[in-house]
Amino acid sequence: MATPNTPLWEVFIRSRNGLAHKHVGSLHASDATMALHAARDIYTRRGEGLSIWVVPSTAITASDPAEKGMMFEPAESKIYRHPTFYEVPEEVGHM
Amino acid sequence: MYTQALNTAEADDRHLEDAAQAAHFQARIDAEERIEPNDWMPAAYRKTLTRQISQHAHSEIVGMLPEGNWITRAPTLRRKAALLAKVQDECGHGLYLYAAAETLGTSREELVDAMLAGKAKYSSIFNYPTLTWADIGTIGWLVDGAAIMNQIPLCRCSYGPYARAMIRVCKEESFHQRQGYEIMLTLCGGSDEQKAMAQDALDRWWWPVLMMFGPPDATSQHSDVSTKWKIKRFSNDELRQKFVDATVPQAQYLGLTIPDPGMTQDAEGHWRYSEIDWTEFKQVLAGNGPCNRDRVAARRKAHDDGAWVREAAAAYAAKRAHRQTAQAAE
Repeated sequence: MATPNTPLWEVFIRSRNGLAHKHVGSLHASDATMALHAARDIYTRRGEGLSIWVVPSTAITASDPAEKGMMFEPAESKIYRHPTFYEVPEEVGHM
Repeated sequence: MYTQALNTAEADDRHLEDAAQAAHFQARIDAEERIEPNDWMPAAYRKTLTRQISQHAHSEIVGMLPEGNWITRAPTLRRKAALLAKVQDECGHGLYLYAAAETLGTSREELVDAMLAGKAKYSSIFNYPTLTWADIGTIGWLVDGAAIMNQIPLCRCSYGPYARAMIRVCKEESFHQRQGYEIMLTLCGGSDEQKAMAQDALDRWWWPVLMMFGPPDATSQHSDVSTKWKIKRFSNDELRQKFVDATVPQAQYLGLTIPDPGMTQDAEGHWRYSEIDWTEFKQVLAGNGPCNRDRVAARRKAHDDGAWVREAAAAYAAKRAHRQTAQAAE
């Protein structure tokens, strides 16, 4: 039997206390523990992080960037979702 | 939109836990470290936060009802679009918060069921009716103004997922107050009737809004431990005073009168308000506010009416999973 391809993992790192984990890249590893170790060696060689998440790439469902126009169209026409749309006189101060 | 200081922290079971772990936990808090879902935490910290975050989530969801009441009757298309966007934001905020609460180990279904069963609280303010269009302006200006005052310090709360959710909420919330104040400005620059309508709304909302900050410090049972855990950064009375000081000049600019004849400005510039009627607050919390029954009934109806959608989505997912397994077996 042929050796199966090594699965792909997505790596997320919390760079600082209190921040969310952020995607930094991907790597190949045969299981979760090895993926975590590999992520440490590949992505945190200069102390970039406090904690690491690895997620099987196959577990990610992504939107298609080619369809971003249609995907995000509903937000584009809604300028009234922004604070600057509303007029508050300067005398009133920050709001 | 809002979290209210209604929680009674449970400090009782702390002695059962490992003292060294508890000391290490407190040292992390003192060093301004954020606590994350997989970290060890005292059971009482978990319980207090689950309750506070889920109450906050329920408040966002129930908070859609008083404003939703006016979407179909907004005076212009511009106002209607803005109000709809605001109510959508409140829904989104509820969902961020349920997700943050879930990281503590209780499912969203359980949290929602507790609210529908009347076992979980939400902010007292949403048990008041929205009688006129001016109420929508007043809610944005005052209710959201009070919420922002309370939520900004929560962006530095010791629990990471809650703090991060609050950063997102605060960023989105900034338009809510401005749209409310803009409505008030328009009404106050309008006819005598419109201005009277604005004053009437302020008269009805002022005191309930002050109650949003929770009981006075002298009687607030949970503040000590919440402060020690850095869930809370300012006391109820401190936040209330900050809010009053920020709001009085805004009311003056509108030409409206705060319905508190006893209010005075002290030597340091703080606006000192009169005694708050805490009996009313307790009554509303006990379920006897003007709209408590309506609000819970509306949430139950929405939940029941949506049951077939949840069932259909689950059935479809199960069918697809079944088909995939069958194909894989071929």
